[in-house]
Amino acid sequence: MTNFHDTVPALADLAAFAWQEADILDRLDYKAWLKLWSDDGLYVVPVERNAADYADAVNVLYDDAAMREMRVKRLLSGFSMSSAPPARTVRTVSRFVETARSGDSVDIRAAQILVEYKYERHRVLAADVDYRIAMTPDGLKLARKVVTLVNSDDALHGIGYLL
Amino acid sequence: MQADAAAGAAHYGQLFEGDRADGAIYRDPGLFDAEMDRIFKQTWIWVAHVSELPSPNSFKTTHVGADPVIVTRDKKGEIHVLLNRCRHRAASVCEKKRGRQSVFVCPYHGWSYDPDGTLRKVSHNWGYDADFDPAQFPLISLRVEQYAGMIFATFNADAPPLAEHLGAARKWMDLFMKQGAGFGVKVLGQHSFRFPGNWKIQLENTTDAYHFPIVHKTFLDSLDEETENVFDVLGQGGWVEDLGNGHSVMVMIPSLIDLGEDLEAPIPERFAALAAELAAEGHDDLAVRRIVRAVGGTGFNLNLFPNVACSMAFFRVLRPIDVATTEVTHVAIGMEAAGDGAPSVTPANRARIRLHEHFQGPMGFGTPDDAEGWERVQRGVMAGDGVPILVNRGVAAPQGAAAPDHDAGDVSSEVGMRAAYRKWKEMMEQCA
Repeated sequence: MTNFHDTVPALADLAAFAWQEADILDRLDYKAWLKLWSDDGLYVVPVERNAADYADAVNVLYDDAAMREMRVKRLLSGFSMSSAPPARTVRTVSRFVETARSGDSVDIRAAQILVEYKYERHRVLAADVDYRIAMTPDGLKLARKVVTLVNSDDALHGIGYLL
Repeated sequence: MQADAAAGAAHYGQLFEGDRADGAIYRDPGLFDAEMDRIFKQTWIWVAHVSELPSPNSFKTTHVGADPVIVTRDKKGEIHVLLNRCRHRAASVCEKKRGRQSVFVCPYHGWSYDPDGTLRKVSHNWGYDADFDPAQFPLISLRVEQYAGMIFATFNADAPPLAEHLGAARKWMDLFMKQGAGFGVKVLGQHSFRFPGNWKIQLENTTDAYHFPIVHKTFLDSLDEETENVFDVLGQGGWVEDLGNGHSVMVMIPSLIDLGEDLEAPIPERFAALAAELAAEGHDDLAVRRIVRAVGGTGFNLNLFPNVACSMAFFRVLRPIDVATTEVTHVAIGMEAAGDGAPSVTPANRARIRLHEHFQGPMGFGTPDDAEGWERVQRGVMAGDGVPILVNRGVAAPQGAAAPDHDAGDVSSEVGMRAAYRKWKEMMEQCA
């Protein structure tokens, strides 16, 4: 990938990065996924839709680097019955809009539509995804990803893969 | 369903005998309807914790069995549980999850109700005869009682008082609330999820330590050594005890029964940073120790038949949807903020929430595997007729652990399930 540190990424570059991540997740290539993150990156799947600070709210997940590593270890361990195997997933990410920009990062918002399949049952999970993509000497990195499911504050179901 | 229908509505109670149950208890839709009538319409159902109704005019919506209700606090501070159904033509009068409002207005024809259910105003009332009396048409109220901050409601005017229904479980509710560390207990937020399985599968699971090291191996593997020892639930001399009326307690970590004791013990390494943060907030040494000891919650699960459990640091709430669908809500609880100027408990509540998220919820390190296991029960029970579900596991409880007159077994025993099913059988045999 191009080193964007000294250049300004276009929306198309950011979309390509988000698609790369989505493809990695559908393929369960979680070790590669960990490398997409900056060390201080924060991965959140909230319950509350307008929490002032996710740190003070009960979330579906609220992962720093250490929790992401543990989560990936768990999902790949073969000992988690919801993840061995997980539901198959196919996801698309689209409707990209830039929402903020600073000297070293860009925020984009997108729509994600994911279909999972297990036990002869399809389920659809729709979500708004807010990305903060950092421009670093090592290329683009995920600095923040917040996946707000359309039904985040209602009953969900056990999810054995990553959103 | 082949043999299920033959069991006959009048004989549902016979589907549990002693220490085994017929698979029909998970899969017979007729039996599910009977459960809604004979259990969920007859006994005390948990609806809220008092901290969810912090001030006059606050409310939450929930269900008692299949019936949608609003739990309100009126302007005098009294709590009411009201059917969420306009007395005119049945439209729901509130579709918010929670909030504050001093009136509930039906969106269809504008009838308005006070938080105590009183019909305040009928719009365009000139269309009714003079003898039409709005006082006769309040939102329908259920009986409401509370213990230890837990609010229960029932449709049954003849149900025994809540305190009698809870009986020996009250001691454990009091112990559970000690996790407020002297600040009081407050709801912090919740996870909710559904699984394709019968509600009793989850009821059983609350006092099932047997599954823990197997289903939750990946959770245990994610812990540091010290914490992993804490969660060695089969290896600490715990027990399961029948508390009567279908209630039971499973003690997994006997050293965490009474969080007000052992305050002089060293602060565990994993909570050292939290202890420092609390000290920096201005908490004295004793307060820091009390909070840190309480932060992980209690070392037992208390199952209150039929729909709620007090588990470590959360309430587990069951909502049966249909015979093969159940909604589970995990309500995380923390410490109530002290008054203005007092040291903050926010660091403790943040720690609580992170611990909660680690195991619980749709993407926790525990819940998805539990949910998968329960679904596998529902899938498996479709196979075969007359093949019993076994809940006969258990050797004697550690000497002196349980109350002398209570049935009890070792921590991995199925005593709690048998206790629940005995009550289930008794209620299913009554004529509703």
